[in-house]
Formats: sequence, C-alpha cells, structure tokens
Amino acid sequence: MYPFAYHRPDSLAAAAALLAGEDAKALAGGQTLLPTMKMRLASPAALVDLSKLRELHGIEVSGSTVTIGAATTHAEVAGSAAVAKAIPGLAALAGGIGDPAVRHKGTIGGSVANNDPAADYPAACLALGATIVTNKREIAADQFFTGLFETALAEGEIITKVRFPVAQASGYAKFRNPASRYAIVGVFAAKTAGGARVAVTGAGAGGVFRWKEAETALAANWSEAAVAGLKASAAGLNSDIHADAEYRAHLIGVMTKRAVAAAK
Amino acid sequence: MSATGIGASVRRKEDHRFITGKGRYVDDINRPGQAHAYFLRSPHAHATIRSIDAAEALAMPGVLAVLTGDDIAADKVGGLICGWMIHSKDGSPMKAGAHPPLAQGKVRYVGDHVAVVIAETLAQARDGAEKVHVDYGVLPAVVDMRKATQPGAAVVHDVAPDNTVFNWHLGDKGATDAAFAAAKHVTKLDLVNNRLAPNAMEPRAAVGEYDEGEGAFTLYTTSQNPHVARLVLSAFIGIAPEHKLRVIAPDVGGGFGSKIFIYAEETVCVWAAKKVGRPVKWTADRTEAFLADAHGRDHITHAEMAVDGAGRITGVRVHTMANLGAYLSTFASSVPTYLYAPLLSGQYNIPAIYAEVDAIYTTTAPVDAYRGAGRPEATFVVERLIEITARQLKMDPAEFRRKNFITAFPHQTPVIMCYDAGDYAKALDTAVKAADVGGFAARRADSERRGKLRGLGYSAYIEACGIAPSAAVGSLGAGVGLWESAEVRVNPIGTVEILTGSHSHGQGHETTFAQLVSSRLGIPLENVSIVHGDTDKVQMGMGTYGSRSGAVGMSAIVKALDKIEAKAKKVAGHVLEAAEGDIEFKDGKFTVKGTDKAIDFGSVALQAYIAHKFNGQELEPGLKESAFWDPTNFTFPAGVHICEVEIDPDTGVTTIAKWTAVDDFGVLINPMIVEGQVHGGIAQGVGQALCEGVVYNANGQLVSASYMDYQMPRAGDLPSYVVETVETRCPSNPLGIKGCGEAGAIAAPPAVINAITDALGTEDVPMPATPKVVWRAAAARRQKSAA
Repeated sequence: MYPFAYHRPDSLAAAAALLAGEDAKALAGGQTLLPTMKMRLASPAALVDLSKLRELHGIEVSGSTVTIGAATTHAEVAGSAAVAKAIPGLAALAGGIGDPAVRHKGTIGGSVANNDPAADYPAACLALGATIVTNKREIAADQFFTGLFETALAEGEIITKVRFPVAQASGYAKFRNPASRYAIVGVFAAKTAGGARVAVTGAGAGGVFRWKEAETALAANWSEAAVAGLKASAAGLNSDIHADAEYRAHLIGVMTKRAVAAAK
Repeated sequence: MSATGIGASVRRKEDHRFITGKGRYVDDINRPGQAHAYFLRSPHAHATIRSIDAAEALAMPGVLAVLTGDDIAADKVGGLICGWMIHSKDGSPMKAGAHPPLAQGKVRYVGDHVAVVIAETLAQARDGAEKVHVDYGVLPAVVDMRKATQPGAAVVHDVAPDNTVFNWHLGDKGATDAAFAAAKHVTKLDLVNNRLAPNAMEPRAAVGEYDEGEGAFTLYTTSQNPHVARLVLSAFIGIAPEHKLRVIAPDVGGGFGSKIFIYAEETVCVWAAKKVGRPVKWTADRTEAFLADAHGRDHITHAEMAVDGAGRITGVRVHTMANLGAYLSTFASSVPTYLYAPLLSGQYNIPAIYAEVDAIYTTTAPVDAYRGAGRPEATFVVERLIEITARQLKMDPAEFRRKNFITAFPHQTPVIMCYDAGDYAKALDTAVKAADVGGFAARRADSERRGKLRGLGYSAYIEACGIAPSAAVGSLGAGVGLWESAEVRVNPIGTVEILTGSHSHGQGHETTFAQLVSSRLGIPLENVSIVHGDTDKVQMGMGTYGSRSGAVGMSAIVKALDKIEAKAKKVAGHVLEAAEGDIEFKDGKFTVKGTDKAIDFGSVALQAYIAHKFNGQELEPGLKESAFWDPTNFTFPAGVHICEVEIDPDTGVTTIAKWTAVDDFGVLINPMIVEGQVHGGIAQGVGQALCEGVVYNANGQLVSASYMDYQMPRAGDLPSYVVETVETRCPSNPLGIKGCGEAGAIAAPPAVINAITDALGTEDVPMPATPKVVWRAAAARRQKSAA
C-alpha cells in the first residue's frame, strides 16, 4: 500500500468537495478498494471515507418501495425482516454475498458504484428496475451500469441511496466461482408490475445485462417451465480458467430456472 | 495401555501454545537492528538480463543495499543444488543447469529472483524495488512440456539443448513387452497428474544474522530439515563452515514437502546479513508463495496394463513426462524416478513392469516433492488402470483388485521394493462393509430420481515410507543417508529431554514422541520435553518428510532409550546391591528379581549423577545416551479408500457424498493424531482431484497466482469421513509403525476420479474435475447416448 491522505467528512457537501480533489477516491466498505491498494494495484492520493455520512444510512420500507442507504452493509440488508418481507430475493442476495466478514463491511453503495462484473447487487438493481439516488440526481438502473467497472456516475458524484420498487415475486440464484466464490453466473428474476425482468451478473464481458428472451418467456408464463428450454447465447460472455463462454451460457439457463424456482 | 502411552489418543501438548497465539514462528522473530528484504522477481518467463540499474533505488529513503547476481558471483556464493543424481538410460548423468540464488544473465520463470532490495522497512524495500531498472531481452517461454522437447523450442539451460534433464527407466523392458505380446487384454490410458501449489498455512520466511565477533551466522528459517539446510548452505553454497552456521527452524506452520528444500531467499538473507552488517528478514506473501515455492506433481503419462485370460495382471508399461520446471530443486530428480516407478506394482502381484520417465525443463517454477511425492502419481496410474481394466473386463472393480492382490510376504516386486507385511484383502473387506457398497445401487437409484448422477470409486493404494535405508538410497543416487538421530538426556531428578533430528511442523511430535518415552520409562508425559529444529542443540538429523519421523525418528529414540535402560540398570544394581543381571525394569521401577527391593526411575537418575554408590572409573556418572537409527527397509503403509460422489449434471458440481478410509499404518502411537493426518491428507487429495490446478498461460505467466483463481478445498467441500484402521505390524522397526502422513493425499485422487467416471460412464475425466470439466464430460456423454 502506498501512502495516501485519509478524510472522514461528516457532511455530504464536505465529502463531495474532498472528492473533487486530485486523485481522490470514495471509501465505502473497502472490500474491493483496500485489497487492491494493498496489492499496489491502486494508489489514490486520498481516500474519502463515507461512513460518517448520516444520509447514507438506514433502510426504509413503504408499501411499494424499499429504500436502502448507500452505506448499509450487506449483513444489515440480509438481516432486515422488512426487506425480506417486501423483496425476498433482495434479502437472499445480500445474505449470499462473500462471507460474513465481507457482509459486515461491504455496502450496497460501494458494490453498485464499483460495478464489478461479478458483483451481486447490480443484478438486483437491474432486474428490480431500481433507481440509484446520488447527491446530484436520480439514475434509473437501466441507464446506470454502462460497462465493466463503469457506471453513469460523474467524477465526485456520491450514491446516497438505492430505491427498489417492490416486486410481486423475486429470486436470485448464483453459481459461485469455485476459487473466489464470486458469481460466475448470478441471475436475478423479478415479476414486476411492468412485466418480468431478468438480470444476469458474472457472465457478461460488459458487466451486468438483461436477458430479454427469458423476460419474454416469463412475461407470458411466470414459471420454471417457461425458461426450461431456453438457451442463452454465448456471444459476449466472459471466458476464464473457471468457465468458458459456452459453460456460462448454459449456466445462465440453469440459474434462471433456479431463480424463478426460488422466487417468492 | 496407559492413558498416555503408546496407542492412547493423548491431546496434543503443543496445541496450547498454538491456539493461544503463543507459537513462535519465523515471522515472530525480530532481531535487534533488523533490516527487511524484498525480492525483485522476474515478470517474464524467459529473458536475458542485459543490465540492472539500481542507482535510483539506492537513493530511495531507507534503502541499504540492492544486491544482484553479480554480487553473488563476486562473493563466490555457490548455486542451489539438487541432491539426488539420476542417470539416463544411456548412462549419462542428469543435466543440471546452474541455479544461482540471484539470477546471473538470465531469468527462467515468472518469479525468478533478479535482485534483493534491503531497507529499513519492508515498505521501503518494496518502494526501492520499484526503482530498480532491469533491461530484459525477452525470450520465448517454454510452458508445455510436450513442446519443450521439439526442435526449435527455446532452450532453458544450455547444458540441456533439448530441455531434457534425463531419460530414465526402471524395470525389465523385454519381459514386460513379452507380457503384453501374450496378453489377452490390454488397457491403455492417457493421464495427466495436475500441477499443484503446496499452500502451507505459514508462508516461507527467513531471518539471517551475522555475529561479527564470533564470525558466525544464524539463520532462522521455515524448514522441515534444518540440518540438511545447514549442510547444503555450508558444504555446497559456502556460506560458512558448519560450526559457524546455526540453523533454527522454530515452530513451522505446515510444509507438505515445500519446506524441505533450500531456496534462494533464505540463502540470500543469511549471506546478505554479513554484507549489510544487519540482520535481514524476509517473509513471503501469498503471491510469492504461489510464484516461487516448489510446485508438486505435473506428469503426463501413457500407461498400459496387460491381463491374461484368467483376469490376472501380467504386466504394466508406463511412459511419463515429468515437468521439473526451470531449475532442479533440492530433491526434484528423485520424485518422478525412485519415489514413483518403484510403486507401480501397487498392492498387486504384477510379474513385469517397465517405466520410462523423461524429465523436462520448462520456464515455470521448480517442481519437487509435495505430500506423497511420486507415490500419489504412481497410485493414480495404478488405480486408474485397475479400475478401467475391471470395467473393460466387466468385472467388479473390488473383485478384480482382490484377485490380483499380493497375499504372501515378503513380496519382491519387479521394481526394487520388497513389501514386508500387509493384509490387503482385509482392508478391502473392511472398507466395502464400512462404505455399505451393498446399498450403493439403491442410493444411485435415489440420486437418479432426483436428476443426479451417483458414482463409487475405489483406491487401493500403497506407499513406501520410513525413508529410508541409507546404503539403499545411496545406490540409487541420493547424496545423503536417510537415518535419524536421537539423544536422550535424563536430568538428575528424572525428567527427560529428547533431542531429535526429526522436525515437527504440524505432526505433533512433542506429543507422540513424549508418549513413547513416557510409556517406556514409566514417567509422566509432562516430564518429557522434545527438542528439535536447532542445529546448535541437536547435533545432526535428516528432518521430516516421507512419513519418516515415526518409523525412523522414533526408532532412533528407542535405540537411545535401550542404552539408557541398560546404563540405568547398572546404576540400579549398585544402589540395590544386586547383580546387574538380576535387575528388572517395569512401569518406571527397577526391582531385584525375586525380592521386594525396588527403586524408581527418578531416583536412579539422581544416583547416576551424584555417583556415590559406584566407582566412577568403572561406570561413568550421568545418564545421557544418543543413537543413530538406519532403517533396514522402507515401510509400506497401504489401505483402501472408497469415495462416493453425487453429480449435478446441470451444473457439473460434484459433491462427495461419503468417504471411507481403511488404512494399515502398523502400530498406532496416537490414533487421534493419525486420524487428523488422514483427514488432512484426504482434503489435499480431494483438492487435487476436484479443485486445485496451477495454470500458466502460453507466455508463462502464472494465471493461478492467488486464491481468487487457485481453489483450495474448504470444509464445506468435504464430508465427515469414516476412518478405520487395520493393523499388520511393520517388521523393520522396533515399534512396528509404518507412517501415516501422506496416505490420504496418495489414496484420494484416484478414488475421486474413479467415482466420477463411474457416475458419468466415461473412462477419464481430467483433474481438477471442476464443475466446468465435469459438466462438459456429462454433456458429451449425454450427446453420445442421444446419438
């Protein structure tokens, strides 16, 4: 790890000002950033720790919306009875991220902002049609995730919360990388007021994406059987030593089926 | 059996300090004035070094020195050695390329040592290393050993223009070819034994120190055999003569073979300590461990088995290519030769065996012994061949094994080994019963109802442990003898210190060795301490590997205890005023035959030291004896493991449903520790079969350089094992023990692969059988059956 300046502002405005500084990075749970810095693969001049920002904390569930503060840990989401009741798939997804240590430090805002192609939350955001709320604006999930580790966030823009519309049913199924236990393929399936939405993480060379064929099939008939014979295309999928594109394409089908089966 | 004697599952004495954080590992050792070393490693698999410019690094804060291969050469520091000479078929000696501790003119694998930066802090050393400018002339990588020997391949070492270290063979080719010519059935298999990274929990570390006043060095190092390290560093590398070099291997957190070897880093640390006038410390990070710890396995084998019309094996023929990496590590040459081919008879009566082994240089990390070392590779070949032969002959795999088991001992195989004792059918019968093989068909039907595939796989392994008779290994090329030493120091009040040349790095010697001494001398376990791992305390020893500490190390202790008892009887005779021949020793008491006159062990010890009751000119005062034990044979642990798997054909995930291990380790000293060794061994063997694989890309970059990509088995990947033992006494050592450290890692891989292929209805599936691999095999089989 190289030396860096450390700031822990207590207001959103102060955080934004600090983030405008040269080569400053926001620090949420640090579950990706800190290991990267330890490996000397990242060397920000300054870290702006967001943990003291009150506006980033808390879970709020209304009849039709679940709003989760950006600094909320995965463990808090997984452990929230209100979230589990409103959007069971979301609570299940949070409970399956990493391991207990990761879940008690990692945050939803950090995960979404980083947009790791194997992260879980982007699948939930996209499938549920979430809105990413920042200190400057609101961004629909469909416009937010723009590529590998790329998002619509501007320099210095801070995610404050993520707003999820409550779905009629939702489920998440993940096939873990046997070594890292990140998602090789994670599929979030949601039955929403606007129709069925299926988002796939871990597999796409460009990050999280929606599987339109499955959505069409599920819109007509929300059941495992509707997607049982469906095959995803291997085009545009990742290949690595653990899974090639063809295997990932196959697993998208299997995990979609399992996500629908798990949906509540 | 007493509560703490031989055969008792005594809790481990050493665990209190380990689990309360009071262990003392090399990284816990900090010497006054200590500086830190960081190794600048090659980013290229193969390159010439045109120049190294350290000027900017030397100007960095805290940097004390940047040392390179030129400094090594100027100081006439010798190269790292390979201590086992193998001769090729044509009689020529193996082609050992020079292995300087810091590269001289050329680097040969990613992670090779280019320079060391020594600084006040580790961070400063790392910062300095980033400012060392190396001009490389990149050469083509040599990664695939099948291509390494082809004309036009880049040459790793000029001494081996075809990248071949040796072409070695063992066995009677003529007799074996004749057996195949007459065979009724021949099975042919192509097998890959995957390359593994050893992954001890504690990474390697070293602290080198130089005492200018004494002109003497001390090296703290993570070693399984500190005396061998001292020998090599003295006699071959030339750091200092032995009496001026102390090597200490304190608590060591796992080795699995990887800490047998004498590496560049500890050599550089101890040499540099004098050079910079400061103690020099280095601790590997996990990535360095993946890059530069000697890897294991990595064989490509074609194997054939000949069977007659009565279902009896008549011959085995094997050709193996063994990847030895970029340099010959300390015992690299012995692993695919004498630790491998002599085990190709397995548990079976095979009249003719012939093995050829081509050892190959590649631009990858050196490959050497890893838990089992050669014997897992041999067992994998034999047990895969046996299984597939049985299936091809439509015979029950257990029956086919039983039919071909060796049943009379001693049994001379055609490949050197003379098995001394065993009861292979008993282990098989016990395992078949414990695994409920009879109920397998019903369990398979149940799996199929749930859309799953189920398979059952056997592995009847044998290993050669208790390494090894010195003269025998000397005749096979070993540079050292493989005896062990022990010294028994009885203190005046009867407590005992045992100094052993064995080294404990997880095996629990402080407990098991104490159990032996406690039961033999009739003194409490807590009155015995075990001293090991320091060349200034223990005079000489050969260390711990090859499951040798029990069979060889404890035998040396027995021999020294024999001398203690003999001497103590003389002392007791004087004290009890009886003839020495009338003294009996039992349960810690010396008695005069036929009388009630008695004296306990501690009192005799005191009498030996105060020396009032005997003539000090006729009988030396004191009670201290030492012994060297040279074994008369290897030991031959053997057993049967049965693995039952369930496969999800939709994802390719293999779940181990049941594991049954029945092992014959001879006499058990501590059954709990033995069971722990079996558990760990199986985990590592399952790791090889299902999870682990070192992957280099075509450019020789290590793709699997962290736990993000190198899959270790986890607790959740493994079932609760059924572990049982059968016992035939080992006739070649006084305790009748055979050794248990490697059994699980040897037995497990073929058991898993036999089970998976049984489930899939295929002949082979490559290791590691990860979900991707198994899914592909299952899909291919589905397509085949649909066509």
